[in-house]
Amino acid sequence: MNQLPDEQRIVITGIGLTAPNGNSLSEYRENLLAGKSGVSQYETRYMGDVLAGVCDFDELRYQKRKEVRRGTRAGSVSTYCSHEAVADSSLDWESIDKSRVGVFLGITEHGNVETENEIYEISQFDYDTKVWSHHHNPRTVANNPAGEVTLSLGITGPHYTIGAACAAGNAGFINGVQMLRLREVDLAIVGGVSESIHTFGIFASFQSQGALATHEDPTKASRPFDRNRNGIVVAEGGGICTIERLPDALARNAKIYGEIVGYAMNSDASDFVLPNHNRQKECMELALRRADITSDDIDLVSTHATATDQGDIEEVKALRALFGDRENLAINNTKSFIGHAMGAAGALELLGNIQSFDDGIAHATINLDDIDPECHLPQIVANEPRDMGEINYILNNSFGMLGINSVLIVKKFA
Amino acid sequence: MNEGQIRQVIIDILERIAPDEDLSELDDAVPFREQMELDSMDFLDIVMELRKQYRIQIPEEDYEHLVTMNSTVTYLTPLLKDVESPA
Repeated sequence: MNQLPDEQRIVITGIGLTAPNGNSLSEYRENLLAGKSGVSQYETRYMGDVLAGVCDFDELRYQKRKEVRRGTRAGSVSTYCSHEAVADSSLDWESIDKSRVGVFLGITEHGNVETENEIYEISQFDYDTKVWSHHHNPRTVANNPAGEVTLSLGITGPHYTIGAACAAGNAGFINGVQMLRLREVDLAIVGGVSESIHTFGIFASFQSQGALATHEDPTKASRPFDRNRNGIVVAEGGGICTIERLPDALARNAKIYGEIVGYAMNSDASDFVLPNHNRQKECMELALRRADITSDDIDLVSTHATATDQGDIEEVKALRALFGDRENLAINNTKSFIGHAMGAAGALELLGNIQSFDDGIAHATINLDDIDPECHLPQIVANEPRDMGEINYILNNSFGMLGINSVLIVKKFA
Repeated sequence: MNEGQIRQVIIDILERIAPDEDLSELDDAVPFREQMELDSMDFLDIVMELRKQYRIQIPEEDYEHLVTMNSTVTYLTPLLKDVESPA
């Protein structure tokens, strides 16, 4: 089916992640299959207790204390995940040409955390701007998370972040695929990251919008497609992979998690915040065409749904139009476990599902106690994992504000 | 504050901005940057901490006085003589 020459085929060879319910692929997958949520109560500045997906990875595994202090949380997330991915890839890191490595990371936003911290700090000094930190600019430049990775790993090839709202995780992968196909780099470190729980502004804005989830039990707060959903649980985290051209991976006998066979990005051009199911469907169709397959070939759809009223309904409309009532298809949602990891969401949701190529199991969508009729899809995997026998194609949706859509299709490598 | 107390203030600041360093063997007569990993951004943190904690404005032309512990304490003594020790 895939007509691309081998040197244009891109495969995933290493995975590093931190999620609210796991700091490695195996721990994360185990908790997803066990139905274990990572959402907890969390105190944020000015607002007090909110609900959030909080990560507890060891920052000092790959950074000195001074590096943590000088950099950003997104930088620490990126550094941790990148080191883990490189280690997992079994690349001979000392001997590879670092000028041929690129770092391309998706972010929803960056700089809010650091700016809020500085404003709080000067507020303690009668707003004397002379105590505004000289670290502010290097912390808030938009490339900061990717730049901290290059500093830590000695990478001298290109690095930048891709600002793509909550479609960013997929966008990081897509940019890496393109750079490998253009032969701009020989190895790409790609994915998405989020430090968003450290800015009160994101919680406050969702609250003002009527889109911030509340629940007396934090683990039940993130409930996409459920009738009683009441908004988003903000999460932090990172999902980062090493990706390579197929011949390079084969030449070094690398472990191959999957092949990125299709991708697409498009724009709604219709609203600042409300999504558009027609454009979402077109985005999925474009990714399918690029993969040279049809919707009938997809075994598992990893949805974007964030548990907002309209957002979930729009995605369901797009999925219904594309997949109808077709059987032998699983549709699930990782946010029900970890909340919305913003820039990391697309990457973490793909990585939460990627081991289904090995075990044939679609993880559940938890907290789906009373499905909203407007969100009904016969294929949704509700509350318990589903054994699909074999999964060969995953379609991963990520959509964001200002009407940005991204789709990734990953194929089992055989 | 006396000289000993001012030295302790600087040690406390260095512990915060260079948390990986062992300062127990610091030689007060040798430049900080020859004994520890301290770049220009870290150096500005010393100036910033003194500004925040004691409202001291150190003009850029005086940065040369902050090279060693001895020269730093000598420079700060008249500026901090009327300030109570934090300890």
